[in-house]
Amino acid sequence: MTGQEHLIHRYLRSSKRFPHVWCPGCGIGILLGALVRAIDGNGYGKDDIVLISGIGCSGRLPVYLDFNTLHTTHGRALTFATGIKLAKPKLKVIAIMGDGDASSIGGNHLIHSARRNIDITAIIINNQIYGMTGGQSSPTTPFGLHTASSPFGHLEHPFDIAKLVEAAGAPFVARSTVYHARILERLIGTAIAKSGFSVIEVMSPCVTHFGKWSGIGSAVQMMQWQKDNTVSIEKARNMTPTELQGKVVTGVLIDAHKPTFHEEHARISREMKD
Amino acid sequence: MSKRVVLEASHAVAEAVRMADVDIVAAYPITPQTHIPERLAEMVADGDLDAAYVPVESEHSAMSCVLGSAAVGARSFTTTASQGLVLMHEALYIASSHRYPIVMAICNRALSAPINIWCDHSDVMACRDTGWIQVFCQNNQESFDMTLWAFRVGEDPDVMFPVMVNLDGFILSHVTEPLILPDQDDVSRFIPEYHYRLALDPAKPTSHGCFGLPDIYTEVKYSQELALRKSRSVIDKGWKEFSNIFGREYKAVETYKAEGASTLLVTMGSLGETAKMVIDERRANGEAVGHLNLRLWRPFPFDEFRDAVKDVKTLAVLDRCYSFGGPGGPVASELRSALYNQETRPHVVGFIGGIGGREVDAQAFGYMIDRANEITEKGSDDLYEPLLVRGLESGTGVRG
Repeated sequence: MTGQEHLIHRYLRSSKRFPHVWCPGCGIGILLGALVRAIDGNGYGKDDIVLISGIGCSGRLPVYLDFNTLHTTHGRALTFATGIKLAKPKLKVIAIMGDGDASSIGGNHLIHSARRNIDITAIIINNQIYGMTGGQSSPTTPFGLHTASSPFGHLEHPFDIAKLVEAAGAPFVARSTVYHARILERLIGTAIAKSGFSVIEVMSPCVTHFGKWSGIGSAVQMMQWQKDNTVSIEKARNMTPTELQGKVVTGVLIDAHKPTFHEEHARISREMKD
Repeated sequence: MSKRVVLEASHAVAEAVRMADVDIVAAYPITPQTHIPERLAEMVADGDLDAAYVPVESEHSAMSCVLGSAAVGARSFTTTASQGLVLMHEALYIASSHRYPIVMAICNRALSAPINIWCDHSDVMACRDTGWIQVFCQNNQESFDMTLWAFRVGEDPDVMFPVMVNLDGFILSHVTEPLILPDQDDVSRFIPEYHYRLALDPAKPTSHGCFGLPDIYTEVKYSQELALRKSRSVIDKGWKEFSNIFGREYKAVETYKAEGASTLLVTMGSLGETAKMVIDERRANGEAVGHLNLRLWRPFPFDEFRDAVKDVKTLAVLDRCYSFGGPGGPVASELRSALYNQETRPHVVGFIGGIGGREVDAQAFGYMIDRANEITEKGSDDLYEPLLVRGLESGTGVRG
């Protein structure tokens, strides 16, 4: 048994009935590992952390971890998270969502959390499809992809989640993949430590549905796809749009300073008292 | 030519929607409804259904989208379950108040929390008072038939109300059974071309969704209430026409072996089939028991229900939904209320069970019959009895 496995076991709810719900080859488990290592690496205590999820395959993640956890309704992780952060500002509030959760049914909450700049870390697991309900097209499904709800090709164009939250005002935006597990871990650590609304988009393989419909294939092939089709933001800056076609740009995309909702609130309280 | 096929209920509903030739389908995936929109997506993509199919971003958007399409007079369909239905709640009232004959199939599923994807009737019971016509199905054939019927009745100029077709999640939605698909010509005869005379049209401007100040709101709501009650005659006419064309008979209140029965089991939805099996066994033993299937939930069929139970001593009613802190399950409470002013009335014994997918088997129905008879005999102050609760001795009721 390696040291890493020991670390995970310290954070898994041992009383929880395993195995978990994720399919073999799913990326969410890798993200779970990266998240635990990032939290541990930042030196937070278990009671400092709140994990909140919505509905979908990602919704199960907090259930397995020994933090304060809340599994909510579809799309609403960020609204519950906002309530928690307002009532307990000292807690590190982390919302775990899928692409469907965060950018379709809960899309409004995503842009308004970014606009409000509330100190929450949003981890968006983007597998580009609705996994749990059986492989229907989601707001990040590529144009033209055949899915269970678009059997002759998806007619709509996908959101770029990172650009969406950037435009909405998020001061920290990063993207990685579960293939780049170590980089992902560092990005999560940075995002949680950062004050304000920070977003990490995590590209993750849904082997069962996206792998099948896209033709990319098995878990190994989907991992290989992630390896072959990602470009770091540093490299991407020197690449032409043609060269970047079809590539996933990873790394810290936005890192700005902006007063958080709480800081603005404290300022106004001070001014009113004066 | 009609043909005998084997289909799961979800696909049967999709077939009915195709044969009804809808113009617009807007839906958001939710378990256990997904097979309906997926099948419709396939039909549209294959060119078998000339409709616009929109995979929207939430159930609220699905209902809002069909509100828009219905406003311009397009035949519109959506489908959902559970959390999706309750997320639509606000828009459901707009559909009925604007008198848009949208058809919606609901694959009934429990509500959160805790999260549960299995069948009960909490979702639709939360929408009881939304002003929609609401029917329940017992099997796949009925799921197909009620969907067709929903278009015929909802779009009738004397009705113009949206219709919810309830089929039990998984127990029906995912179960494959033989059923008869009718001939397209017969379906087209049954569901005539839809013409909405108040459709939004620049040539003949109308305005939908106006303000209703206190000087008019009361009258608007009263007229809506009268209109829904008045739809009863068309609802029955729809079933009569259905039977004339397709040969299968449906009624708002359906009884099985109820003649001379002193006790009736009352169910809604797929459990009626299990209940009828138990009635067969009991009848074979010479017991005077029967079954009552409440097909139509809104508008409530008061006359038929009172008539069906007038000579009965005991009603053993199964609710698949709690009314927390209330007088018992919503169905038993309404039945009691419907009977309260009658000179003679059966004793209504309510049971709440089959919650979140908990099985209600033949043995449970047998227990309900015996226990209800016992309560009629001895009396009880209980509001209802929860069924099959682990750790709770059977016969333990809940008091007010």
